[in-house]
Amino acid sequence: MTSDKQQEFIRDLVIESTEALDQFEQDLLSLEKNETDADTLHRIFRLIHSLKGTSGCLALHKIEELAHSGENVLSLMRDGRLRASKELISKLFAFSDGLRTILGEVGQTGREGSSDHSALIADLNALHRAASIPPAAEGGAAGTFGLFADEEPAPAPAAAGPFADAAAIAETAIRVDVEQLDRIMDLVGELVLARNQIVRFAGSTQDAELVKPTQQLNLITSKLQENIMKTRMQPIGTLWNKFPRIVRDLSLELGKQIALTMEGADTELDRTILEAIKDPLTHLIRNSIDHGLETPEVRAAAGKPPEGMLKLRALHEGGQVIIQIFDDGAGIDREKVIRKAVQRNLVNADDAARMSEREVYALLFQPGFSTAETVTNLSGRGVGMDVVKRNIERIGGSVDLQSEPGRSTTIRIKIPLTLAIVPALIVRCGQDRYAIPQASIVELVRIGEDEAATVIEYVDQCPVYRLRGHLLPLVRLRDQLQLGTAPSGPVFLLVVQAEGRQFGLVVDSILDTEEIVVKPLGKELKGLAVYAGATIMGDGRVALILDIIGIARRVGLLNERASALAQGKSQEARAAGATGRQSLLLVGLGQGRQAAIPLSSVARLEEFALDSIELAGGSEVVQYRGEIMALVDISKALGYETGSAEERRVVVYALHGRSFGLCVERIIDVLDCEVKVQQNTARPGILGSAVVQKRVTDFLDIPALVAAEARSL
Amino acid sequence: MSERKQFCTFYLDNRMFGVDVLKIQEVLRYQPTTEVPLAPNEIRGLINLRGSIVSTLDLRRRFGLAQLAAETLPTNVVSQTSTGLISLLVDRIGDVVEVDQADFEPPPETLEGNARQMIDGVYKLPSGLLLILNVERTLELEPSRIA
Repeated sequence: MTSDKQQEFIRDLVIESTEALDQFEQDLLSLEKNETDADTLHRIFRLIHSLKGTSGCLALHKIEELAHSGENVLSLMRDGRLRASKELISKLFAFSDGLRTILGEVGQTGREGSSDHSALIADLNALHRAASIPPAAEGGAAGTFGLFADEEPAPAPAAAGPFADAAAIAETAIRVDVEQLDRIMDLVGELVLARNQIVRFAGSTQDAELVKPTQQLNLITSKLQENIMKTRMQPIGTLWNKFPRIVRDLSLELGKQIALTMEGADTELDRTILEAIKDPLTHLIRNSIDHGLETPEVRAAAGKPPEGMLKLRALHEGGQVIIQIFDDGAGIDREKVIRKAVQRNLVNADDAARMSEREVYALLFQPGFSTAETVTNLSGRGVGMDVVKRNIERIGGSVDLQSEPGRSTTIRIKIPLTLAIVPALIVRCGQDRYAIPQASIVELVRIGEDEAATVIEYVDQCPVYRLRGHLLPLVRLRDQLQLGTAPSGPVFLLVVQAEGRQFGLVVDSILDTEEIVVKPLGKELKGLAVYAGATIMGDGRVALILDIIGIARRVGLLNERASALAQGKSQEARAAGATGRQSLLLVGLGQGRQAAIPLSSVARLEEFALDSIELAGGSEVVQYRGEIMALVDISKALGYETGSAEERRVVVYALHGRSFGLCVERIIDVLDCEVKVQQNTARPGILGSAVVQKRVTDFLDIPALVAAEARSL
Repeated sequence: MSERKQFCTFYLDNRMFGVDVLKIQEVLRYQPTTEVPLAPNEIRGLINLRGSIVSTLDLRRRFGLAQLAAETLPTNVVSQTSTGLISLLVDRIGDVVEVDQADFEPPPETLEGNARQMIDGVYKLPSGLLLILNVERTLELEPSRIA
């Protein structure tokens, strides 16, 4: 046998056996629940038997040896001489894990690795010896094979492979390399773009000979796209299949009784998305079992049935897929969450008391909430809920959580069906076009030129629009992208939705809807959260795809900490705007600018020698009172040029229990005065200006200036 | 023992730069570019390279040189990096030159600023100096505005 051929056989063996082991484990679970019949026992026996046979042929002796001892035990079970106790099933799971380990090694290196399974084999053999009365069945592989051949009326299965049952399918289905599928998908993406260009061109001519084939091309491309998408779809059940095992193992370990039910396992999703939600979903399920569901005793005391319920549900809704994870466990204790969040300086106690349920639950998803203290060896693997959330958002989805304390917790994940091609609305703003995924758009509003001045109203500095009686905060895309002021004219408002919150995005004009192919941006642009990627338009030009969640976060609509900051900001703004007397620290910035900081937030003034300033994660920090304090150069942040100095003058600013160092050129004065701030600026980082001591002074929006820093730490 | 290497050369403000020829995917005349608001200043925008989207990096801005006159369009030198493609905007493209390792020298200690990080060394050629550009380093940009 040529070694190429042999490698090919080995690869097939690895793939098929891994799938066969999935089946094996499912069968074990139903065995454990006694929902089983002789067929199941025969099937798992056959499965392991043929694995033994094939691996023997391919000289994979470790697999052969392990499979052999497992087979011995299974044969006793098949003959009714061993009962499927919990211990036995656990042993068989360990057996399956052992096989997977060796198969994994073989898959990677083409050879069996150095993992040692002798203890497992000894265990299995002991089980076998204890249960088998005549030790005649003992012996080499050949001996067992003989025994098996005697008993099985048709000795064919060994040759037919683990997929004896699936033989009929094999003739109509083929195995395709996922990479190959991805390449085809890419090419179809290109084709869609070329189609768009041709359709556009044909639209501008009257040539019937061109228009007709163009329509054909249009239709065929759409069909092709649809079908290739279908080939990439997989039922979510393929992912869920591994959960029963996880639930079983965890509940045994924690002494909990849990019934897992799954609904909508046939809901289909693009395989890249399936891949992307695998870890977050696993994590959430571990969390539910570990933190949500209680032990039987606790449940009984609370008047619940001892067996906890964990329910997975998947369904299609409006072009998206909803996945729900429901448990009837202890729910989430609001007070406990707040206590922890305050402890971790995620919010201050006053703000926390005012928070809505939704905001409180959102705290769970904050980076830094889940920490060593709450981590057990089960659900904590250094991954917190923030990572779950981030991973789901990365694929354009969202998570939210609802809980009835003492009764239940429901986590709802919303994800798009596919990532590669999305319907989008194309808008213009400034010179360029931007694409906005349709999924995040709720409705469009056009405001005529003459109306614009009256229907856009202001709450303090924030533009709002009355949409059917509710105030909708407006975000001007031009301001966010720093594109300058719009020429006068009608205003177009996109009512968009990010994580359940709506806002109005103001753009110059609305162009068209188009199916766009999402392409990633290079590493050098990855830091820009306002973009989800880019696409190529019908005319061959590139358009950026806006990330509505990123924009919402940028303006402080979503991030709980940012909204806490925004609250602080509005409080400060109110304090500053309300002509009240207040104590100010006047500081000098670059280019001779003067700025004011409310003294109430200033902890102290310090000077640091340049050589004491160190870099951490690309930001300047100093060691300050045994802690690392981030430095924010205000002049630089506001775009003023700075001179060089031997020392840094730093205003230590306390924000929600953390200290930040604000670098300024010099400290001018502290004064108590009455000021009237004119909010004449749209510059980020500046709340407004006022005349203080006969000089125009910028009132700094410190929370906004340090927000970037706060996020990065 | 002298090793010979090939460099694709291009010019910036009459200085000759080189990048390992194996790292250069293609050279294109100026392409219509879509600007990326909020991006670092050195990123001029995005171009469509036969269906792939590639960022263009303005090397003049990167080196702190004066801008080209508006009517002179720069040339795209599309180059491979560890994280994908990047298009370098240069004044004009030169020849591919083969150089002798013996003519190599590290950059002078007095070289300062941005250039220090981005220039790996210099080849002394009869026609002048060939500055070897480290493309990976040119991509280490600082975010220029408050994100």
